[in-house]
Amino acid sequence: MNVIASEQLIALAILLPLIASVLIVFADKQPNLREAITLITASLIAFIVITLAMRVQAGEVPALELFEVIPGITISFSIEPLGMLFALVAGTLWLITSIYSIGYMRGHHEKNQTRFYAAFAIAISATLAAAFSGNMFTLFLCYEILTISTYPLVTHSGTAEAKRSGRVYLGILLGTSIGFQLLAILITWSVAGTLDFKPGGILEGKLDPAYAGILYALFIFGVGKAAVMPFHKWLPAAMVAPTPVSALLHAVAVVKAGVFTVLKVTIYIFGSDFILSSGASDWLIWFAAATILLASLIAMTKDNLKARLAYSTISQLSYIVLGALIATKMSLLGASMHIAMHAFAKITLFFAAGAILVAAHKSDISQMRGLGRAMPITFMAFTIGSLSIIGLPPFGGMWSKWYLALGTVHAEQWILLAVLMISTLLNIAYLLPVAVNAFFAKPAEGETYTEIKEAPLTMLLALSLTALACIVLFFYPDPFYNLAVSAASATNGGGN
Amino acid sequence: MIESHLSLLIVVLPLLTAPIVAILPNGRAPWLISTLVSWSVFTLACMQLANVSTGNIISYELGGWAPPWGIEYRIDAANALVALIVSGIAAVIFPYALKSVEKEIPEQQHSLFYAAFMLCLTGLLGITQTGDIFNLFVFLEISSLSSYALISLGQQRQALTASYQYLIMGSIGATFFLIGVGLLYAMTGTLNMMDLAQRLPELYEHRTIHTAFAFIMVGFALKLALFPLHLWLPNAYTYAPSVVTAFLSATATKVAVYVMLRVIFSVFGFSFIENTPTDELFLILCVVGILMMSFYAVYQQDSKRLLSYSSVAQVGYMMLGIGFGSVLGLTATLVHLFNHALMKGALFMAIGALVYRVGSSRLEHLSGLGKHMPWTFAAIVIGGLSLIGVPGTAGFISKWYLVLAAIEKQYWLIVVVILLGSLLAVIYVWKLIETLYFKSENDSIQPETIKEAPLMLLIPTWVLVFANVYFGFNTELTVGTAEQAIKLLLPGVN
Amino acid sequence: MKYIVEHYNYWLVIIIMMAGFYTVISRGNLIKKIAGLNIFQVSVFLLYISIGNVKDGATPIIEEGITLYSNPLPHVLILTAIVVGVATTALGLALVVRIKETYGTIEEDDIHNQDQSL
Repeated sequence: MNVIASEQLIALAILLPLIASVLIVFADKQPNLREAITLITASLIAFIVITLAMRVQAGEVPALELFEVIPGITISFSIEPLGMLFALVAGTLWLITSIYSIGYMRGHHEKNQTRFYAAFAIAISATLAAAFSGNMFTLFLCYEILTISTYPLVTHSGTAEAKRSGRVYLGILLGTSIGFQLLAILITWSVAGTLDFKPGGILEGKLDPAYAGILYALFIFGVGKAAVMPFHKWLPAAMVAPTPVSALLHAVAVVKAGVFTVLKVTIYIFGSDFILSSGASDWLIWFAAATILLASLIAMTKDNLKARLAYSTISQLSYIVLGALIATKMSLLGASMHIAMHAFAKITLFFAAGAILVAAHKSDISQMRGLGRAMPITFMAFTIGSLSIIGLPPFGGMWSKWYLALGTVHAEQWILLAVLMISTLLNIAYLLPVAVNAFFAKPAEGETYTEIKEAPLTMLLALSLTALACIVLFFYPDPFYNLAVSAASATNGGGN
Repeated sequence: MIESHLSLLIVVLPLLTAPIVAILPNGRAPWLISTLVSWSVFTLACMQLANVSTGNIISYELGGWAPPWGIEYRIDAANALVALIVSGIAAVIFPYALKSVEKEIPEQQHSLFYAAFMLCLTGLLGITQTGDIFNLFVFLEISSLSSYALISLGQQRQALTASYQYLIMGSIGATFFLIGVGLLYAMTGTLNMMDLAQRLPELYEHRTIHTAFAFIMVGFALKLALFPLHLWLPNAYTYAPSVVTAFLSATATKVAVYVMLRVIFSVFGFSFIENTPTDELFLILCVVGILMMSFYAVYQQDSKRLLSYSSVAQVGYMMLGIGFGSVLGLTATLVHLFNHALMKGALFMAIGALVYRVGSSRLEHLSGLGKHMPWTFAAIVIGGLSLIGVPGTAGFISKWYLVLAAIEKQYWLIVVVILLGSLLAVIYVWKLIETLYFKSENDSIQPETIKEAPLMLLIPTWVLVFANVYFGFNTELTVGTAEQAIKLLLPGVN
Repeated sequence: MKYIVEHYNYWLVIIIMMAGFYTVISRGNLIKKIAGLNIFQVSVFLLYISIGNVKDGATPIIEEGITLYSNPLPHVLILTAIVVGVATTALGLALVVRIKETYGTIEEDDIHNQDQSL
């Protein structure tokens, strides 16, 4: 029945973007051809991940084993529901972002566009490979490739500020991953003798529970991409990148690769039973909780729109980390769903921010008063995205918050429930005023917006699509919900 | 015919080529012959490795004199691997040498240069092949003397003093080794390594044996630039011609590490070392060396010197594995021996390509060149990533085994030091990359005239770059051979 | 005391060795350093040769009526080592000549000062 075997689809999903990046380099002199390559590849990828998602939901476990690197350790891919969910989000949003970035890069007259598209394609390949990876080694490999391939994107402008930010970006991401994560992986390997992802974990009975907390902490902080404080500084630094990069990579692919790794480690390396019985996460929870609140508070102080969104992302990422650390079925379900829901909402916000930058050349919130009347579609989308982040119905963001909150109730962690609620209030406080002021406040003295029009059509199309998705996902969250449910139930080996 | 004299040919072929090359007229002929010889030696080394990788041992009696009276060449997986590294690097570097040497060395010295290069190759290969400890000294001096000469050919006048400094320290090191060998001979009456290994255990308690061991260790620690005996290395590597730096950094220290392995594990046996403070001393020196030298590297203003300090730090990684004395530790040492040759070779060759265009290796002259020479720059990036130990590169595999070995022994401090060393590597590699990529060009070099390096330089460099990636994914050769070698070095463990 | 006297050859070697080593380290003159290196190496040659001597042994040339010979192998080895030593000295001196040509001096301090001022 299946025309192409799932194995080949996995290989295609990882190889196609790589091939595309080579072709993009050769099409350097013909921008239209170059963009066509990006779009065609992105469409194919979207098609592939949707096909794979349908197969995974039907119960198939596509797997692809490549070769052995070190005796006992292979490069292998195996799609389980959580990875499928992540790949589905990243794969479909790449298509939308590609449409958007063509408008943005041309509208903003960026230099070195070829390098941009090539590095972007490599980053996507690494993201998909990370999502599909079948063991911790493969995941780590893809994690590092992702870090390095996004470095030229972060430092795209080549200014002194970009260089400084690039240092912070690379320093924290490589530093934590080599300093902590690699160590954690090596300890896991020497204790468990395997790095394969197994439902229910591989460490139980092999690791002294007394050390579980330390190892778990090495993983949590080693995954710098999850941006748990105090290792969060790279994310605001990465905002010097062009907006499509911030949108797809620093709201979806890279940061979600981080929390995805955390979830993978929780579910498939430790297993929730082991975490709960050993108390490994007892004290780590407070790091996540503190990050949620502190990042929200810092977000309020930021006037630069992208910086505010970055801190908002840090806060939202810790929702997912928190869900993982609570390690009950409900919280893991919420955390998994939040990967998808937050992705759609946050990418909408970044798209809007980019549209404002291209159309009105503004990046500070205080200068956007009254701008909503000149750019109604953009700001409508921004409003929808904000409401979804806050978690109000009828927007998709409600579901993930709902399950996360239920998770804290099940675990009887009342303080954490309070943290979630306070954070929701803070979300309202730092996101809504942007839209409200844009629509209802008077422009600053001497400012007129008669000459400002909406951003280029491709950008509008992209941001409307994602905003629409936020609404649709409230009524029809099934694709992500089903995957998240199967993912969460893998945590103790499939039992209840 | 070739089969049976394989091990001898590997040494004799370059040795005989040297005088032939020396009398050839200057021009391209010396280069051509050297290149062809290096390729044939590489082929022979591959055959030799294939021969012993199954656990076979080749014992070749020189001139038909049976050991222990005659000199024996004794090849197992460990020597074969090191011989493969040396000849492989040579086979890659000789094609590269043509352009680089034409640029950096006056034409009337070309044939002598290649002759010296051939002798250096002979010496290094001889060290790996021989099973006789005095013969080893002779080959050591052949390689050392020719490398002093090669280093002194550098363009800047500091090359002369660097070479002189190396000559003094190298000779002291070699003489120390000679003293050690003399004392061993006085006690045992043999110079054959296998024979020594059999006669030594009953003399373990004897003080002369301890003295001999100490002299040999210090002598070779000087040769392999183990901190704090590394002082000659940064100068020598910085001022030597690019080709020479690339070759020596990838081979000379590796061969010295191999000798350490051989002397410690095959001749004396690790049970002897365990009763002396040597292994602890190694661990301490390595830890301090890795940290200090990485720090030094961060502050260098010359790309070659930066990489030289990094080399000293990397020697620390290799010696750590010896200090552990475990299967995993030795695997790490042998694998890193191989991988470090690949990465440092690639990096120094890429730097050499920059020097070819700019005429200087100082960072201030290299700034902004990444845009003019994208392929060279990309080679430096990948080589640098391998040096850091990013997964997907050869460097990662070495680090993997090294950290595992430290975890196995529960030396947590050393685990931290290794990872800290990697982070420092991130800093110094990125210093290089940022200079090449972000800084605006230095006007004194006329940036508009800078083009990509010629293919004759790029292709060999990229061969090594690809090897860095390839051996990051396929470790059959490196880890497989290492495991085979360790069965003989640490008998009774597996 | 008897122990010291009986091992006089070792004491001699050690004294010469230290004299040479000290010269290499302490002298700033490049030629003197090489002279020191030579003395240092010679002491090792002496060590080898003296341990090759067998008590009451004859010169190792086969002759009727003699059963005890000195060990000839160390002498042969040292012949090689001497050749190496000569080569080292030659190369070192050649380098000193080149250094004198470029720097105009063979005193370490002066050379160091010149490179610093670059």
